[in-house]
Amino acid sequence: MSEVADVPSLAAILAATLLIGGAAITLIGSFGLLRLGGFYQRVHAPTLGTTLGTVCIATASMIYFSTLGTRPVLHELLVIVFVTTTTPITLMVLVRAARFRDGAANERDLGGEK
Amino acid sequence: MSTMFSWSITTAQILLSLAMACAAFRILWGPRAQDRVVGFDTLSVNAMLLLLAFGIRSGSTLYFESALIVGLLGFVSTVALAKFVLRGEVIE
Repeated sequence: MSEVADVPSLAAILAATLLIGGAAITLIGSFGLLRLGGFYQRVHAPTLGTTLGTVCIATASMIYFSTLGTRPVLHELLVIVFVTTTTPITLMVLVRAARFRDGAANERDLGGEK
Repeated sequence: MSTMFSWSITTAQILLSLAMACAAFRILWGPRAQDRVVGFDTLSVNAMLLLLAFGIRSGSTLYFESALIVGLLGFVSTVALAKFVLRGEVIE
């Protein structure tokens, strides 16, 4: 085990709970990505990790570094804001592309049957 | 207390590595291109979270900067890949 600095036990318990909870939620989301059936179902699962998982782990990091130093560390808010803002943009662009591709494939199929 | 915290960080790292493995399997087995792009997006976000966990373990703020960069580059490359899936080119 590598060295982890000593922090007060309340902060350590809180940070550990948030860390394990966030990691478990992220794992559930990624397992859903592996397990679900179609593309439009699959696209929903990883958002569990990108919203709640990121918030939990970044909050754990904030708590740990705030108790380690003398002043509150709020850098991790940048990560939270950035990820929660960009994930819907990414998925909307991607689902639009997928719908466009599905529509093109259907038209081509209909054209082939005619 | 320090031992408990250290073990919990290790547990979180193992869980995040399993999540990255799930995303990697989706990249490898994705039936279509858009499935692979979703897998890549998930992989980059999970890598960012794993870097945050490494930062807590090492106690240095350097890992935080790299986590921010990984998240940023993951977003930009996912949007570029989605554009490529949509049109066949990135810059028209």
